[in-house]
Amino acid sequence: MAEKTEKAKVQFRQSIVVRFSGDSGDGMQLAGNIFSNVSAGLGDRISTFPDYPAEVRAPQGSLGGVSGFQVHIGHGVHTPGDECDVLVAMNPAALKMNAQFLRKGGAAIVDIDTFTQAGLDKALYTTNEPYEELNLKAQVIEAPITTMVKEALKDTGMDLKAQLKCRNMFALGLVCWLFNRPMEAPLKFLKAKFAEKPDVYAANELVIKGGYNYGHNIHATVSTYRIQSDEVRPGTYTDVSGNKATAWGLIKASEMSGRPLFLGSYPITPATDILHELAKRRDLGVKAIQMEDEIGGICSAIGAAFAGHLAVTTTSGPGLALKSEALGLAVMAELPLVLVDVQRGGPSTGLPTKTEQTDLSQALYGRSGESPLVVLAAASPTDCFKMAFQAARIAIEHMTPVILLTDAFIANGSSAWRIPEEGEYPVIKPNYVPEALKPTWTPFMRNALGIRYWAIPGTKGLEHVVGGLEKDYNLGVLSNDPINHAHMVETRRMKIANVANDIPELKLKGDSGADTIILGWGSTYGHILDAVNRLNEDGFRIAMTHIRYINPLPKNTAELLSRFKTVIVAELNTGQLASYLQSKIPNLNICHINKVQGQPFLVQEIVDGVKNIMMEEEL
Amino acid sequence: MEQNNNNQPLAHKPLDFKNNQPVRWCPGCGDHAVLNVLLKAMAQLNIAPEKTAVISGIGCSSRLPYYTKTYAFHTIHGRGGAVATGFKTANPDMTVWQVSGDGDCLAIGGNHFIHEVRRNIDVNLLLLNNRIYGLTKGQFSPTSARGFKSKSSPYGTVEDPFIPAELTFGARGTFFARSLDVALDISQEVMMAAAEHKGCAVVEILQNCMIFNNGIHNYITDREHRADRTIHLVHGEKMIFGKDMNRGLVQDGFGLKAVTIGEDGYTIDDVLVHDAHCESFFLHQMLAMMDGTDLPVALGVIRAVNAPTYEVAVAEQVEEAKAKHGFTCLDDVIRAGDTWQVE
Repeated sequence: MAEKTEKAKVQFRQSIVVRFSGDSGDGMQLAGNIFSNVSAGLGDRISTFPDYPAEVRAPQGSLGGVSGFQVHIGHGVHTPGDECDVLVAMNPAALKMNAQFLRKGGAAIVDIDTFTQAGLDKALYTTNEPYEELNLKAQVIEAPITTMVKEALKDTGMDLKAQLKCRNMFALGLVCWLFNRPMEAPLKFLKAKFAEKPDVYAANELVIKGGYNYGHNIHATVSTYRIQSDEVRPGTYTDVSGNKATAWGLIKASEMSGRPLFLGSYPITPATDILHELAKRRDLGVKAIQMEDEIGGICSAIGAAFAGHLAVTTTSGPGLALKSEALGLAVMAELPLVLVDVQRGGPSTGLPTKTEQTDLSQALYGRSGESPLVVLAAASPTDCFKMAFQAARIAIEHMTPVILLTDAFIANGSSAWRIPEEGEYPVIKPNYVPEALKPTWTPFMRNALGIRYWAIPGTKGLEHVVGGLEKDYNLGVLSNDPINHAHMVETRRMKIANVANDIPELKLKGDSGADTIILGWGSTYGHILDAVNRLNEDGFRIAMTHIRYINPLPKNTAELLSRFKTVIVAELNTGQLASYLQSKIPNLNICHINKVQGQPFLVQEIVDGVKNIMMEEEL
Repeated sequence: MEQNNNNQPLAHKPLDFKNNQPVRWCPGCGDHAVLNVLLKAMAQLNIAPEKTAVISGIGCSSRLPYYTKTYAFHTIHGRGGAVATGFKTANPDMTVWQVSGDGDCLAIGGNHFIHEVRRNIDVNLLLLNNRIYGLTKGQFSPTSARGFKSKSSPYGTVEDPFIPAELTFGARGTFFARSLDVALDISQEVMMAAAEHKGCAVVEILQNCMIFNNGIHNYITDREHRADRTIHLVHGEKMIFGKDMNRGLVQDGFGLKAVTIGEDGYTIDDVLVHDAHCESFFLHQMLAMMDGTDLPVALGVIRAVNAPTYEVAVAEQVEEAKAKHGFTCLDDVIRAGDTWQVE
């Protein structure tokens, strides 16, 4: 099929804007100041903008009494920012006054305890639906800040008024969690500020840690990455996160294949939003069910695949490990199945809210037996739509499980997306049992490409048994024959290898006449492209390609990479794609740029890494 | 044409549900009887083979799907319940049988078991209980009695067994029935009842493993003792049993007592009437826990109560949500959100 190359998304937001807002007595200036100082101490650039109310003492909870403090931190920061990524609103009035500054797709943290009828009335809301009334296009984290502050301070003997003065520190603690700021710096700052009042310091310490732990416990994440798209094709656009785009791509594939969509899943950070979106889509006929565990998630999906549905399961790294045995069953029974792994930092529980590309080896190899399947990776939030569609298309047309790798960075990040017009996506053709074959059909008969036919339960005359045991190549019945087993292993391998004929070839970008090429896979696309553009502009000769189809590799991979003296593989792990390429393509001179910090690359890191490698190679 | 109990002509014979594969269980294994009865029950139910699915996990009993001519799926150890849940939710029109054993269902698959029972997915679950791992050649199972000696417990187990009925009721099960592999009529009766029940129907079949646990159920299955040590419960009928059908169950405080009718002042009027449809499982549990020593092991349908089924509830939500929002395709959903134009 025609693969439309995504236009570059070259400008990364490597900075974030947070706006603290509340009543003038809520201590928002202090919270904002501490946050910016802490960030400055970590080497970030900062720019801040205090926004005081006109009245010195406006009535509590009123619109006139709202005070704000905006802080912009990160790289390339020259202004306090036009709009904020995260808005902290300590009451309904603060939300109302500041919602205008929150960017579309940003996140609002509200003290939900203040959103009482009285609170809404004071802020002159006319309905009981404040978010709708403000037309808030943002994720809202409803934190019970007042309740949790009172709980944290209940044993201190402080009076209620004094307790409530600490609410700002709870909000600060939560923001520190969201942006990975260690607690030491703000505590040091507070200790100095309250040197004369150890009781007050102790209370603030309890509360700020409470806010931090609250974020930790609820796995709070916000879309802090706004990935700019250069795509300027005319059309209708919307803002989409990677997880939502993944859900939508699967729905699109269901519509184009005529097979109803089924999701069997279990909540896991950072993949759960796909379950949330598909659960909403019962209104499109989607059956998304939450099972009792990860294994139940994939097994229910395999049951639905056997029943003739486009079946999907969604998870993150630890869940993929739990699903391994069932994935093997889908390989053996040759059923279509899409598994989406939204990667996070590992191993084990690791860094649940942070991004990494460390599940590649698990996806490629993590099963018992010779167990080949298709592995794809999405390159950006909007690419999640295309790649989810492709994953479903390949699963259905090639009768195989497909693993789609995304990660926390693109799953929670968002970007502008042109809504596809009718006809942009191809019809997906399930490999149904041809009418002429029905009288003699057996369950593991194959077409010319080695793909098994799909017999949908309910069809008369196609009753059959599938299962995890090896079966006879011709008859599809159980077989322990050694030669037959070897033949079946080869048949399953070839079936996956043949998918290479059905995917786009790798394309070159950058300076295609260079001796050096840099490549990555999945979510690092934008950073690498940006780095290559900068390097080319600075006179460094380097080409680039990017891998989204990992197993099988595009047909021209070996030929294309072999043209270059040096192949730099940049990935957010310790070299998993590099090892894979090395095993597939002999004699490549592979150099590495790796990062395993639970954070995406910075463009500068790649630029520096390439320059270092080029210097060493020339020596 | 042959007719079923509802006087409908039978469109299929038992062998219409059997494929041509040789059955490979050990000679004398109780599983042979279960397969044969299941084929008969399928024919009696008058549901076509293409509308029938048989799904299993791993174990001797889980090989059963390989011998049926239905849409059959031999999955992985313990996961038959989860696969069946997805299958039935996706296509509620299919009649789904799940075949499992005491190890598959209650050890490795214990979590899926309690949740499919709790969800009340409309699956007919045959739990073949031989209190042993047969396929792995003789280890104790979660239904083996405390002290049971096996290859993996040479000094006897130091753990108490699950009692499948108790687990089913604890998971808020709507249907539980029991039979013996050798009690062909009762097996067919409870399989039919399970299929007709809307919801997760657990059918425990006490089954003999000739090789690794021969005679484990002899205490109740021996011809000589069966009538006195088992009771065939039928909804709406008196709880009577015994060779001469002169023994009955009566209430004894909060418990049950077996009495001889006509002795000690007990008459047939004192004998309890079985109510399988009672919402409370208090009495069902007492009946299911009878172990054949003082009180006879209960066979037949012990509990069958109506409750919403999972797959129907999902399908209803789909219809309601479709009607409420009026979207016809993904494009409608996306364009109903926040969008902007680029010229």
